Amino acid sequence: MDYAAIVVLEILYMIAFLALISAGLAIVFGMMRVINLAHGEFVMVGGYATIAAAKAGINVYFAMLVISPIVVGVIGLVVERLIVRFLYGRMIDIMLATWGLGLLLTGIITLIFGNTPVSVPTPIPGYRVGHYQMGGYNLFVIAVAAVLIGSMWFALRYTRVGLVARGAMQGREVVSALGYNPSTIYMLTFTVGAALSGLAGGVMAPLTGLLPSIGGAYIAKAFITVITGGAAVIAGTLTTAAVFGTVDQIVSFASTPVLGEIAMLALALVLLRLMPQGVTGKFFRNST
Amino acid sequence: MTGAAFGIGRIRWNWLVAAAILLAALPLVYETYTPTLLAIWALFALSLALMWGYAGILSFGHAAYFGLGAYAYAIASFNVGESTVPFLLAIIVPAIVAAIIGAMMFYGRISDVYLGVMTLVVTLILNRFMNATAGDAYRIGNARLGGFNGIPAFPTLNVPGDPNMQVYGTAYYFVVIVCLIGAYLICRWILASGFGRVLIGIRENELRMELLGYNVPAYKTAIFTVSGAMAGLSGCLFANWAEIVTPTVFSLGQTAEVLIWVIVGGLGTLVGPMIAAVVLGMLKLALGTQTLIDNSLILGAILILVVLLIPRGFAPTFAAWRRRLAQVQVHRRQARGTRRRRVALQEASQ
Repeated sequence: MDYAAIVVLEILYMIAFLALISAGLAIVFGMMRVINLAHGEFVMVGGYATIAAAKAGINVYFAMLVISPIVVGVIGLVVERLIVRFLYGRMIDIMLATWGLGLLLTGIITLIFGNTPVSVPTPIPGYRVGHYQMGGYNLFVIAVAAVLIGSMWFALRYTRVGLVARGAMQGREVVSALGYNPSTIYMLTFTVGAALSGLAGGVMAPLTGLLPSIGGAYIAKAFITVITGGAAVIAGTLTTAAVFGTVDQIVSFASTPVLGEIAMLALALVLLRLMPQGVTGKFFRNST
Repeated sequence: MTGAAFGIGRIRWNWLVAAAILLAALPLVYETYTPTLLAIWALFALSLALMWGYAGILSFGHAAYFGLGAYAYAIASFNVGESTVPFLLAIIVPAIVAAIIGAMMFYGRISDVYLGVMTLVVTLILNRFMNATAGDAYRIGNARLGGFNGIPAFPTLNVPGDPNMQVYGTAYYFVVIVCLIGAYLICRWILASGFGRVLIGIRENELRMELLGYNVPAYKTAIFTVSGAMAGLSGCLFANWAEIVTPTVFSLGQTAEVLIWVIVGGLGTLVGPMIAAVVLGMLKLALGTQTLIDNSLILGAILILVVLLIPRGFAPTFAAWRRRLAQVQVHRRQARGTRRRRVALQEASQ
């Protein structure tokens, strides 16, 4: 019984983790059809921002929920203005340029913080389920992901901002027809996407510890979650996060975490082969 | 438009002979350890340049075939001893894997970003798996996969038929050079053939080729396989150079590097990516000797600047400059001609 509870908690945590690290990428891909390959590095920079702020004596929750999103959001804004905006409509070129950006950010962080792991203690103590010790902070990650996805869904569905955002998903002309400047909307979208990546990095920092090269670990998982999810940002990301998270954890419990990850990646291959337009190209077509 | 603009090109034999002589003479004046590595990287860049530049297939996981070639050689050489069979396996195994993955993607009509994700995921699976193969449980025949530490000290290349005659040093440099030139000639031959022309047609307009009756997935799978085989060969040569194989051959960094070489060198050329691989390879080695500036910082900056400023890469941009220069001269000559004619006409009318 206890064991079942732990498995369920771990699956929930994995789903929350995937949804959290994919949210920023999903927004940018869903609205602008832009693949930001520097996404993993944005998450990484968010983590470093939290750790640096926490080391400077700032409350760790404030650091991860406010400072990290702002820092990475500003980076995203600068990047959009300096690089990405010249490349809209050239999907492959954007992927290449943002990959370069990812390498650049890794290099800069290595210069500043060095190539050794840094970490910050988890602010929530563990608790016991029967004979098992569980990380209390995992529950916090699940809560943050739930609130984040919930508010994204609410904003897209019921607010003026969401209306414009959904218009942007349809295309530039729709944004213009609604009376907004597409260039501004794209700029804001990229900034918000980057800020969400920063938030994910900040929230995950106490759990994972950080290395400048950790972005690579995030980008693959976020990438497959978003692309396999397809066009509908929230429904797609949630569905694939749930499927991948469950498969990963069940295989991990049955064998080793490495096999769990491999199973998740292999499943992504199969899903993409069967549904090249993503899961939401086939199911939940009218969702957000 | 000239043939070169469509990327068919032709072999400039005088340049090729000059390059071969230069490469052959290099060991007289310089050590061969580093040039061998640079030539191997050039071969790796060539394999992607053929597929991406001419068939328009961008793989984000070309390191998979490089790594498979390296691992196939290392594992087979432990089991066979004599290096001829492992050498061939290092080409055949990546080719088979590439054929399977290519067929799976292209017959499923997967392209662009989705293709990028799938190739990336394949590389990651291999990377994760090889990293986790520490311990005695993971062995293929006599070869222990070794997990994170990789496979060290396998028998390196020998003269075919004689396992005691190891090929190393300057001799090995010549083996690599011969492989590189041979691969280049094969690429040129492919591109000059009907098969190559169909590939370029697919790059220009896939739908049109399909409507003309060509079996596009079959052509794409074929070039994916050839490119995979060539990457496997470069991986095998790399394994013999380094004398150890570790899971880093499957890393994202390895994939990023070959992409950067090709995009910097230029799409639709073969020589450009090879030169870029050599130049950027030297830059990387030079940066590796100092600790002030991180290597990936420079690589990243180069990639961003090239995509923003010269998205076609150096070689096509140089070619365009040369064409424009030639055009300017033609214009000048024509202008001079008209002036002369006008003067002549005026003189005649007077």
